[in-house]
Amino acid sequence: MTEEALKADLRLIEAEPSEGWTTRITPHRGWLDWRLGQLWRYRDLIGLFVWRDFVSAYKQTVLGPAWHVIQPLLTTLMFTIIFSRVARLSTDGIPPFLFYLIGSVAWGYFANNLTKTSVTFVGNAHLLGKVYFHRLVLPISVAVSNLITFAIQLGIFLVALTFFWMTGYRPHFTAWILFTPLFLFMMAGYGLGGGIIVSALTTRYRDLANLVSFGVQLLMYATPVIYPVSIIPERYRWINDLNPLAPIMEGFRLAFLGAGTVDVSQLAVSFCVMLGVLVVGLMLFTHVERTFMDTV
Amino acid sequence: MSTVISVENISKAYRLGTIGGADLSDDFARWWAKMRGRPDPLAKIGEEHHARLMGEDFWALDDVSFDVKEGEVLGIIGRNGAGKSTLLKILSQVTAPTSGEVKIKGRIASLLEVGTGFHPDLTGRENVFLNGSILGMTKEEIKRKFDEIVAFSEIEEFIDTPVKRYSSGMYVRLAFAVAAHLEPEILIVDEVLAVGDAQFQQKCVGKMGQASRAGRTVLFVSHNLSVVCSLCSRALLLDGGRITSEGLAADVVSAYVQSSATSKGEVTWDGEPNSNNGRLRLGRARTLSGGQVTANVHIDKPLAVQYDFEVLRAGLNVSTSIHLHDKYGTCVLASGTGPRVLESGWYRHSCVFPANFLNDGRYTISILLISDITRFEVSVPEALSFVVHEAKGREGWLGEVIGCIRPHLQWEEIPLEPAAANL
Repeated sequence: MTEEALKADLRLIEAEPSEGWTTRITPHRGWLDWRLGQLWRYRDLIGLFVWRDFVSAYKQTVLGPAWHVIQPLLTTLMFTIIFSRVARLSTDGIPPFLFYLIGSVAWGYFANNLTKTSVTFVGNAHLLGKVYFHRLVLPISVAVSNLITFAIQLGIFLVALTFFWMTGYRPHFTAWILFTPLFLFMMAGYGLGGGIIVSALTTRYRDLANLVSFGVQLLMYATPVIYPVSIIPERYRWINDLNPLAPIMEGFRLAFLGAGTVDVSQLAVSFCVMLGVLVVGLMLFTHVERTFMDTV
Repeated sequence: MSTVISVENISKAYRLGTIGGADLSDDFARWWAKMRGRPDPLAKIGEEHHARLMGEDFWALDDVSFDVKEGEVLGIIGRNGAGKSTLLKILSQVTAPTSGEVKIKGRIASLLEVGTGFHPDLTGRENVFLNGSILGMTKEEIKRKFDEIVAFSEIEEFIDTPVKRYSSGMYVRLAFAVAAHLEPEILIVDEVLAVGDAQFQQKCVGKMGQASRAGRTVLFVSHNLSVVCSLCSRALLLDGGRITSEGLAADVVSAYVQSSATSKGEVTWDGEPNSNNGRLRLGRARTLSGGQVTANVHIDKPLAVQYDFEVLRAGLNVSTSIHLHDKYGTCVLASGTGPRVLESGWYRHSCVFPANFLNDGRYTISILLISDITRFEVSVPEALSFVVHEAKGREGWLGEVIGCIRPHLQWEEIPLEPAAANL
């Protein structure tokens, strides 16, 4: 058969109707072929993974879910002593305890999303090597479980706020509080997007796994978590403006404590960057997902 | 009947050696060269195009095509490393093929392992939901079948105990019970029947048979050839990543046994280490008939099995045994010597199968060298094979005589008085 005839034949085959095939397994998949619609079928599985993470984390512990409460409280206490009492950093006139609490709760959501989704492939290799389900189920269930943790910790913050209110402090909730879901969405987007980028790259470069927890720590100091933007000298403000996470952190404080520096345009840019990170993450994830079992 | 799985020219290559080993700077150099349209700077001279295709790659599957019809139970057999698991992994979408395409019609579930995703800290009940959901069942479906699953597993009283407290048998029972209640249109099963005790295995085989009678399509990989024969309507034989035989299960199974048999009557292992830890070593094994080394024996002649082994450590408590398998892979018998403390040096063990004992056909012998009654020092599956030939002058039925053995039993015939016959 000549090459032309062969090509014509191939075209004919391709033109054939799908004949009701429900699954096609091919060597390659497009970078943009994310199949997000499939995720709906796996909603029960997402729910069960969330539930598993929650339940199993506290089996055989004395304090159980109380750890969700203890952790941010201790972190906040330590921040208060070191950064407020010892280093005497300004907190924009907000009681330091509340300032650090909202900071560590909000930052914690992002940091947990990033570190836990960054091990999606390497950490679940035993599972992924044996059964197929939409691979995004794993990072999504991580984001959902972290959201539950966040809700509990936000509850603690509100309790602390009530306590301070009774001792005479008057918090200023602002209309920014309505943006909380947006801030959360952006935190989730950054955490998840960054996490799946790292998880896709760690299948090849294992070193990145070591870098993540360390990198998140450094990033925290580069972001206004334990200090307000207002203490950054005007000359260096541009560095902060380049950090897309900064307006989100300031936004959280502005929403719940009424003090912070948020520029709407900066927030909009941050949102677009977040979408970019998410898209790049999904592209890499889709690319790696199919064959990572051969390299892990 | 319509085709539900169509496998077209599937190949899968694995890179040998540096699996996953990568260096960012190497990758960057390659990428930079590619961007400028230059050849790969790191490829060896003369290998630019073929290095990846020919040299360092191992083809686990090489241009495999086949179709599976609706309701068919297809067995996939082959030696270790023949590509069976790779094929199942591709069909289960755990890994992607290097080339080719698979098309599937219907809901597919794969069981490459029992108890995937079991969490040791969760209770049996919780794990049923988790595992069922991972395998593709909905929560509703699991709720509906929950009692049935627990009953099948026979561990009702422990269902609210964390699975890490289970014995391994209980764990496997629960895991298989979940798997057995999957109701996909297509089920892919890998070796999972090789778990649990004999009674439970029988139950699992029964469940698989049920699934196929219910019209489900099943793909089944196993080393247990008799199960393949009894469950599967059709079978594929894989060897070196290619399909070497395809057709009725019984035919493919016997083709496999034929191909894996040595059939020379004598095997020598020199240089080739077959010892696990240097305590015992198998040197040579042979089958003899009438004093001659041969792999062919007549049914009315005795057959001797002989093997020489070396005790490498003095004072070892040695016993040896053989397993005899028929052409369907069914174990006919196991027999061996009692444990004896031996000095180092060479020993020969032999035994004789009497005449008029085995049926006709091909048999294989596995040899095991054991120390301290339980430690398998050497285990050579299918070390020897031989064919029992029909003797001349057989009377009566001339077709195939079924059964693993065909001993001459003492038969009696007594003519009965009419009075005694009128019962």
